[in-house]
Amino acid sequence: MALGIGCSSRPGKAPNNKTGSWRVFKPKFNHEKCTKCGMCKTICPEGCIEESEDEFFIPNESYCKGCGLCAEECPSDAITMEQEEK
Amino acid sequence: MLEITEGSHAVAKAVKMSRPQVIAAYPITPQTHIVEALADMVADCELDAEYITVESEFSALSACLGASAAGSRTYSATTSQGLALMFEVCFNVSGMRLPVVMTIANRALGAPLSIWNDQQDSIALRDSGWLQFYAEDNQEATDLHYIAYKVAENPEVLLPAFVCFDGFILSHTYEPVDMLSQEDVDRYLPAYKPVQRLDADDPISMGMYATPEYYLEFRYEHDQAMKRARNAINKAGKEFGEMFGRDYSALVEGYRLEDADTAIIAMGSLCGTIKDAIDEMRSAGKKVGLLKIRCFRPFPAEEIRNALSHVKRVAVLDKNVSVGAKGAVAIEVRDALYGKALPVLGYVLGLGGRDVRISDIRNIVSLAESGKGDQFYGLRTEVL
Repeated sequence: MALGIGCSSRPGKAPNNKTGSWRVFKPKFNHEKCTKCGMCKTICPEGCIEESEDEFFIPNESYCKGCGLCAEECPSDAITMEQEEK
Repeated sequence: MLEITEGSHAVAKAVKMSRPQVIAAYPITPQTHIVEALADMVADCELDAEYITVESEFSALSACLGASAAGSRTYSATTSQGLALMFEVCFNVSGMRLPVVMTIANRALGAPLSIWNDQQDSIALRDSGWLQFYAEDNQEATDLHYIAYKVAENPEVLLPAFVCFDGFILSHTYEPVDMLSQEDVDRYLPAYKPVQRLDADDPISMGMYATPEYYLEFRYEHDQAMKRARNAINKAGKEFGEMFGRDYSALVEGYRLEDADTAIIAMGSLCGTIKDAIDEMRSAGKKVGLLKIRCFRPFPAEEIRNALSHVKRVAVLDKNVSVGAKGAVAIEVRDALYGKALPVLGYVLGLGGRDVRISDIRNIVSLAESGKGDQFYGLRTEVL
């Protein structure tokens, strides 16, 4: 997003704001442990976890704030939170 | 046309001829006469502007912020505690890049309460991202308002501007002032054309929040705009000189500086006194000159370096003090001369309306010659 003069902005939608930068911890998905149950997608408060073509689940890093709920709730312990270097 | 007029009224006339569309101000000594005169002009239909009476300076500048965002040329004036109350809004106005022009009738800040002159009020806002002009006399104070609008509204700049003139010393003094005609001002200063404005049919939001990924870049852009203001001032000042004979293209102005051993640096009305003192000292064979800083923001570091390349010492006179450090001008002049083996000696003086006389300037030059500086000058030690 280019800077508007005086931080001005046209009307838009919430997804224009890429909130993923707020993240400190990033979820790491282990596909060997994953049973494709979809709990992570259900629980994600940001709604940013999508199912890929091979039925695994992938978070959209532009919006994932790293809350860790997916890792907490995953019945297979297939998600670990790792500190992200920026 | 030459008129003998009170400084505040000369400023009010210049503001009137700049055709502001919205004025919002709150009266405070010694600024009152300016906004009183403007209120009269609006009431008498001499000036077609919206005059918003507000309950505080915070509201005054907030109203100007909104009006400027909506695309109007706006004006306010204040001083001292009033400016202090505007602190937050000052940063908002400049951050949103709104070219509001505001006169500061410089006055000391309380506590202790003082209605008299020094320049602590505007200096306290030196980091707020406003252009800062300082006038030596009422002619300059008047002319600088046209320059301020021209520079502030330049699409390369888009920053608000303070036009500072010393409270009482200039604001309440009658001097001959060459007032431009309305036709002249209209030729020099066409109507404000905003680059962007609030418009219900084409909505934008201004001053949105910036996450850590963006904030630093916004401040950088702000700083770059201030740097571009240098050129805009050169251009606007030169054009003014070509049209009306008074050239304000330079951010600093030398007086008998060419062969000076001691250079005095000052801002505002103090410069008039210093010029008289220099004439006396020159008659007595002392090579002293003045470098007047007319524009403190953007800070003319390069101009100062060039102007002082030949002098042996620099005495900086500050009507302000950054408590715990020095006078603000002394700090910045020394920074501008970083790497040069040139003594820069600061003197804090004239605070809270203490008169500075020709004899004081002579004494300061003697102190500078003996290498004594970085001190308060003129302390009445008997009351300490």
